[in-house]
Amino acid sequence: MSGVRVLVGTSKGAFVMTADGARRDWRIDGPFFEGWEVYHVKGSPVDPNRIYASQSTSWFGQIVQRSNDGGKSWDTVSNQFSYDGVPGTHQWYDGTPHPWEFARVWHFEPSLSDPDAVLAGVEDAALFSSSDAGASWSELSGLRNGGTGSRWQPGAGGMAVHTIIEDPTNPDRLYVAISAAGVFRSDDGGTTWQPKNRGLASGEIPDEDAEVGHCVHRIALHPSAPETLYMQKHWDVMRSDDAGESWREVSGDLPTDFGFAIDVHAHEPETVYVLPITSDSVHYVPEGRLRVYRSRTGGGEWEPLDRGLPQEHCYVNVLRDAMAIDRLDECGVYFGTTGGQVFASPDGGDTWNTIAANLPRVLSVEVQTLA
Amino acid sequence: MSEIRVVIPAHLKTLAHVSGEVRLEVEDPVTTERVLDALEARHPVLVGTIRHPETKVRRPFVRFFACEEDLSHDPTDRPLPEAVARGREPFFIVGAIAGG
Repeated sequence: MSGVRVLVGTSKGAFVMTADGARRDWRIDGPFFEGWEVYHVKGSPVDPNRIYASQSTSWFGQIVQRSNDGGKSWDTVSNQFSYDGVPGTHQWYDGTPHPWEFARVWHFEPSLSDPDAVLAGVEDAALFSSSDAGASWSELSGLRNGGTGSRWQPGAGGMAVHTIIEDPTNPDRLYVAISAAGVFRSDDGGTTWQPKNRGLASGEIPDEDAEVGHCVHRIALHPSAPETLYMQKHWDVMRSDDAGESWREVSGDLPTDFGFAIDVHAHEPETVYVLPITSDSVHYVPEGRLRVYRSRTGGGEWEPLDRGLPQEHCYVNVLRDAMAIDRLDECGVYFGTTGGQVFASPDGGDTWNTIAANLPRVLSVEVQTLA
Repeated sequence: MSEIRVVIPAHLKTLAHVSGEVRLEVEDPVTTERVLDALEARHPVLVGTIRHPETKVRRPFVRFFACEEDLSHDPTDRPLPEAVARGREPFFIVGAIAGG
């Protein structure tokens, strides 16, 4: 029978949540890596038993964990992320050049075709690749050294590659998003990269339509329409229909267009989910009401989805990697909050159930659809 | 060779699958650098968790204590106190207090 496995990273460990296809009754295993921040946990789409987890603390640095049995047991793999050559500098908060320094892995993106291949997006912003399931890592340094890296600057949350997307129809085409630099695309498997930020306008930077410097929070793509990208920027929900060559705003009638998470329905390329947050200075949902917004028109027109979600006295945030979509016939939607809640909708967002209500701060949510 | 007693933080004990003190054979003169080299050789999972894997610089929130002294800022090639080198006192690797 089909089912799902939800992988949750929190500020104090990881949790693995499983359910059958009905997605009503959940088994919760964990915490794994107790007391450590787990920025991201993600499984291979080729081999669902192969899962990677990013475990770190400010005290003891980065650990990379790998499971080969669907999260039941874990082994450490390499935590050596060395920048290629002389790393050079990026802009520091005060505008001075600052050497690139590895801090942590924000995001793993296992390959769509090879269970041993995985990409890692790290802080300070760089992209690393492993072809041996995490036993060793090497930098795809064309991203940093492509011409604009010395101008990138961290936001308050740091400067990290937080989103990595492989085009399912073209393995040579990759996208990454960096806070606060923007979107970059490679058409040669990650060797060279170009900024793809035309059409973005960000009031937080001196030149609001600059080539780089935009605080892109998250981008998402539907496999059947790989030229179409959706973006939740610091402010503004954006859309591109030409693989990032140009962007247009589709915030439409959202109550606020600030937010972090964005994702696309598994079977409907024009159905998009966001989770509006009050503002850049008030990082919780508007009016104390937790509402996902869904557009069935590829943006522009949005409807609130709140059945089963707290509608009073709720003051939580949903971080950029904390929303996920499963691929069952009736598409499931999942998200976790900074208040330690994890919610699931088995019906595309129409209704919501609480999987867990009292976890540590949720940093990431991913879901695996199991045969 | 001396048998050195090392106490590591709880999180690192979990990573290294050890409990209690770690006992290491370390060549004389016993220094912080040699203790850490021996510890990482015994437990490779700890590489990078106490000091930078390439520069060998101590991580900012890690401290080294022994014989009621903070040795964190001493040169890592300086001989450790005789009581540590002879195994009478442990060498403590400590995570800094978080506060809050």
